[in-house]
Amino acid sequence: MLATVLGALNVGFLQTLKLFAVTLLGAIPLGLVLSFGSMSRFAPLRYLTRMVIWVIRGTPLMLQLIILYYIPGRLLGYSPWGSGEEGRFLASAIAFIINYTCYFSEIYRGGIQGVPVGQQEAGMVLGMTRSQIFFKVTLLQMIKRIVPPMSNEIITLVKDTSIARIISLQEVIWAGYAFLKGSHGYSGLVWPLFFTGIYYLVFNGVLTLLLGWVERRLDYFK
Amino acid sequence: MALLEAQKIEKHFGSTKVLQDISFSLDEGQALAIIGSSGSGKTTLLRCLNFLETPDAGVISVGGKVIFDAADPATQQESELREKRLHFGLVFQNFNLFPQYTALENVTLAVKLRTPDKSQWGTIDARGRELLAQMGLQDRAGHYPHQLSGGQQQRVAIARALALRPDVLCFDEPTSALDPELTGEVLKVIRSLADQNTTMIIVTHEMAFARDVADEVIFMDGGVIVEQGPARQVIEQPREERTRQFLSRYSGS
Repeated sequence: MLATVLGALNVGFLQTLKLFAVTLLGAIPLGLVLSFGSMSRFAPLRYLTRMVIWVIRGTPLMLQLIILYYIPGRLLGYSPWGSGEEGRFLASAIAFIINYTCYFSEIYRGGIQGVPVGQQEAGMVLGMTRSQIFFKVTLLQMIKRIVPPMSNEIITLVKDTSIARIISLQEVIWAGYAFLKGSHGYSGLVWPLFFTGIYYLVFNGVLTLLLGWVERRLDYFK
Repeated sequence: MALLEAQKIEKHFGSTKVLQDISFSLDEGQALAIIGSSGSGKTTLLRCLNFLETPDAGVISVGGKVIFDAADPATQQESELREKRLHFGLVFQNFNLFPQYTALENVTLAVKLRTPDKSQWGTIDARGRELLAQMGLQDRAGHYPHQLSGGQQQRVAIARALALRPDVLCFDEPTSALDPELTGEVLKVIRSLADQNTTMIIVTHEMAFARDVADEVIFMDGGVIVEQGPARQVIEQPREERTRQFLSRYSGS
């Protein structure tokens, strides 16, 4: 029994990890692009970006996921996502990336604006170009500032992946719940569901150590 | 011929006129001190020379060549301004060292970014060390800014500005952010630069220092030049009533 349950949970957790990794890979760079939009000197772009961020941060991720997964099907008469696990994963990944891009962009904006103006001015009087100033002067100071809030978001993301269960993505909680309602010849099993918590705890423990290490690596300057 | 010539510089923020009709010139090897109370426009003037602010009117020439003319947009292109800035070096009140780089890296970063040929970087490092030694910081090259005192940080900032060999080195109240016991070491460095005939503009509240080190002094008030002349004369025998009042507040305290 243990082997069956662990096997099923492992498959589910793999899907959890995949969604987590894809979301980070997408949202970390896209967040930077969006943060530039929200700081743009071109007012229409700035307002548009900030409105998108307001809507995405102001509504539940679960709602966004439901809308993205079900509404196109209603409008088109067929679901662009198909009926399989791959389609559910793709829809989840897109919804998560959009949502986390908005959160990350606000963290980045705070990080960039927190670097004193004097740093940019020092770069300017030394004849540096805008991009040299960003990459050689501002970026690392910004990263140092955003590591603690980003750590928070990243750990939240690990747990948020379970929201994808609402469109039946077969992540770890979905896999655990299956044993309660009946699957693999078992039903009424409660402990697999509790056991999923251990996956989250261990993974977040590893992440906490990793992010703490990054934070310490940046301790060499103030 | 004057190395630097500023003609009728004007700057306003909104409806507030911060600089009006500022004209002066500076010969090569001379040091000019700008004095005046807070809000008199002296820092804005320095920022205009370094193009951190764009003057609303006026002409700036270096070595007889017009590098900025408010009436001629062709002189104001971003890419060109970046190169023209290099005529001037600026030492900030708050140092503005890059915290993630060592003292030596702070001094050499901008020079290296302008030198794609890495085989020359050894020479750049050597010159950086030389500049730090000139500032009395030969044993601090590997220190990060937060490991240095304010006076040491400001001396690194001076070395950083000198590394690009500016025609005119500008100081914006270089000792105002320092504890009193640390101002001496920075003033000493600036004095030695003056002795080596570095062309400098120094915005300062240190009147005795301005009198001893500068060749010329400009007194500014309310965005205009009230008095300008040889340093000793302006500070010891000012002609204008406003200058006298300003200086008496300093000698009194």
